[in-house]
Amino acid sequence: MFEHKLGQRGNATSDITRRGFLVSMAAAGATFGFPLSVRAAMDPATADGMPVDAIGRAFEPTLWYSIDTDGQVNVNIIRAEMGQHVGTSIARILADELEVAWEDVHITHVDTAEKWGLMVTGGSWSVWQSWPVYRRAGAAGRTALIEAAAKNWGIAASQCSARNGQITGGGRSVSYAELVSAGLSRSFTQAELEALTLKPHSELRLVGKDVTALDIATKTNGQAIYGLDARIDGMVYGVPLLPPTRLGSSVRSIDDSAAKDIGGYMQTLQLDDPSGTVPGWVVVVGKNLMAAKKASQKIKVEWQAGDTASVSEADIQNHARELIADEGVGSILDTGVTDTGPVFQGATDTFDAEYTTATVLHFQLEPVNATAFQNDDGVWEIHTGNQWQSLILPSIATALGVEAEQVVMRTYMLGGGFGRRLNGDYAVPAALASKALGGKPLKLVLFREDDAKFDSPRSPSVQRLAMAFDAQQQVIAMEHHAAAGWPTGVMFPAFMPDGKNGLPFDPFAIDGADHWYSVGAQKVRAISNDLANRTFRPGWLRSVGPGWTHFAVESFMDEAAHRVGADPLKFRLDHLLANGRNAGSAPNSVGGAARQAKVLKRVAELSGYGRTDLSKDSAIGIATTFGQSRSMPTWVAAAVQVDVDRVTGEVDVRKLWLVFDCGTVVDPDGALAQCEGAALWGLSMALFEGTEIENSNVRDRNLNTYTPLRIIDTPEIEIEFVDSTEAPVGLGEPGTTVVAPAIANAIFNAVGVRLRHLPMTPDTVLQALQARE
Amino acid sequence: MIKLKVNGRDVSVDADADTPLLWVIRDEIGLMGTKFGCGIGMCGACTVHVGGQATRSCITPLSAVAGASVTTIEGLDETDSHPVQEAWRELRVPQCGYCQSGQIMQAAALLKDIPDPSDDDIDAVMTGNLCRCMTYLRIRKAVRRAAATNREANSNV
Repeated sequence: MFEHKLGQRGNATSDITRRGFLVSMAAAGATFGFPLSVRAAMDPATADGMPVDAIGRAFEPTLWYSIDTDGQVNVNIIRAEMGQHVGTSIARILADELEVAWEDVHITHVDTAEKWGLMVTGGSWSVWQSWPVYRRAGAAGRTALIEAAAKNWGIAASQCSARNGQITGGGRSVSYAELVSAGLSRSFTQAELEALTLKPHSELRLVGKDVTALDIATKTNGQAIYGLDARIDGMVYGVPLLPPTRLGSSVRSIDDSAAKDIGGYMQTLQLDDPSGTVPGWVVVVGKNLMAAKKASQKIKVEWQAGDTASVSEADIQNHARELIADEGVGSILDTGVTDTGPVFQGATDTFDAEYTTATVLHFQLEPVNATAFQNDDGVWEIHTGNQWQSLILPSIATALGVEAEQVVMRTYMLGGGFGRRLNGDYAVPAALASKALGGKPLKLVLFREDDAKFDSPRSPSVQRLAMAFDAQQQVIAMEHHAAAGWPTGVMFPAFMPDGKNGLPFDPFAIDGADHWYSVGAQKVRAISNDLANRTFRPGWLRSVGPGWTHFAVESFMDEAAHRVGADPLKFRLDHLLANGRNAGSAPNSVGGAARQAKVLKRVAELSGYGRTDLSKDSAIGIATTFGQSRSMPTWVAAAVQVDVDRVTGEVDVRKLWLVFDCGTVVDPDGALAQCEGAALWGLSMALFEGTEIENSNVRDRNLNTYTPLRIIDTPEIEIEFVDSTEAPVGLGEPGTTVVAPAIANAIFNAVGVRLRHLPMTPDTVLQALQARE
Repeated sequence: MIKLKVNGRDVSVDADADTPLLWVIRDEIGLMGTKFGCGIGMCGACTVHVGGQATRSCITPLSAVAGASVTTIEGLDETDSHPVQEAWRELRVPQCGYCQSGQIMQAAALLKDIPDPSDDDIDAVMTGNLCRCMTYLRIRKAVRRAAATNREANSNV
């Protein structure tokens, strides 16, 4: 049975609390027909990952939670947990409005039933999108409980109040548990939800306060269950042999004769994939993982490679330059007056610069993997970590040739997401291999080199920026042309909005270029690099487009300031004017460019920007961004102090200062953790990591040559949040966007060379220094 | 059959002698807390103790631990309250958590060898453990805190 199989994972604990006992009772009863949903959900706080079952008949005022007869609240979370403690943030938003004690709150990461709607965890959206929904949901429960108590007591609801899981009024009190036990069945229409009164900020008791994160304890004792830890009775293992090109390859022949004598080797499968997700894949099956791995090293496969087999990073970048040079291609964003041509022609002075960034790997520490099988009810179960279930489930169904309802995904903890698992492509070959074995459980594991080769990396990019000045050295126009592989273009084109010229653009490959500086006429042109798109699957990688567009914008703003002899801080502030299209709007960008100016000023103060007492070849640089997009700006500013070694070219980052205005801070410690991690990702991509496409694949596939930031190079960081009651926006990525340009600007301030390529390696620093001399 | 001790228990394993200890621990013995990251000993997610020494289990063949005593994250402390684990929870070090078993095992071994490590000691030893969420600032603090806890405990003896 399905339930039976799910029950086999993990190490059962002998936790004989009353609740634990009741849970096992419920599990025993599960074979008699609990809905699929219950068994495919996950609670990160429990040792076996199974959600805490409700005691008694629970009250469910909305889809998002239930309260049981013990007064325990179980909050449904549609987001994946990948380190952001997302359930803790979202559950607290609800619990605050509901007025319950944090100790009584549990979370369930749900299954993939249709009722949950779009399931995606990315874009730094989770808290921002959940804030209005879960607040209303909590308020609905509070309202229903108050009304029930008031009715029992024969008094007006307005005479009652809720706090800590209790209603009090008219000198009496009753617990939520008692009210739910007595029976409560009030539900709310959307209109009723919208009409509910939410608590004023001053009454928030959990939001903005320190509470225990619900997913951390099991991450310190080995109990947290990740996709790679999935265990199903009778499971076999699969290791892939990857084709020479990501797309367009096909298998000519397979010879497994040399693998036959490897103990535990079973067979080799040539996948037939109707969904087109993994063309040319071969999966080697073994009784255990090492048998499959060893056999895979002995098996010879000949492929017909796709037509991108010899494509290099330089080919892709040169193609980007050709596209940029062709004024007829690309989508023009609506940035007000976009007809910059005449302004540039009439300008007194113009200048332009090209910025490039290299391919970057996700290198999430848990290599991608998935376990698939057909259960006794005929349903295909996919056990894996995933950030965008709604995107990949239709592909899995197509691959298997079944209806979408016949596939359910159980989302495990993610051993890092960073956008890699937005593209759930790795689940498709697991499903296909299982199907080839008649639905037998198979765990497909990509070893690290395969994970890197099969990554959907951050595309390399080329950007050309230009600025026009009048006779008084005032900025009168700006252009930003950006070409890169488009993740959304290849994975989900329907998600792309249209530009002013009616052509679609990938926001995740241009956001950031449409900045909040007032620069007169402004043209932002987003160009899809079709050669990149055909060669690899461009991925969404932590901070997506803004991870490189802001590098260009903020480097260029420094260059522009120096061009007119202005201080880069003052130059920025002079152009961060909260008027016109940069005035901002409710609810997400109230205050507009003035809030960006405020964080910038603050970080300059904090860091002592402009101080003259630093040693030779040491300097502070600044940059400011608005995180992920104009529609949900997180105002960020950074200052970085670097020492540059003129002999080795090494850039030593001494200290980072960051100021964030993300509106209301929901989870202070979680927010800090996200900003620390995001900023260090920014540092890592600025100085330490990057690869290149060689013969259609990424060159660096493991830590022997791919070198992300480690603790020894981690600088001191000082982070400050602006006190705010505005709507909360996102924090997972904004900290990443601001670091690379701040470092580039600091390097310029320290030794006078301008680096326009990421990563900024010691070699490129030395080359720039030599070129200057 | 190769015999070894895992978390204090005698275990006999029927696997090829060149099977990495990591996969023996995970797939043969069924202790899933030890993680696979790179397979070449450079990320530290697979760190366990062999004879009390921090060891990369992904590049340690089963034959090399015949008769040895292996401790995994599950066996570090009976009640999961080793000072390093306590410090990791108090400072909320883990984000995704995937590397943290290895970080904790590495840090526990570090404190055994160097009870009062300097920041440079911490960086030098812990830099072999990659954290892709980049929780490095908190790892540094948590190792210091665990060291302080140990010192207090010792001074009270």
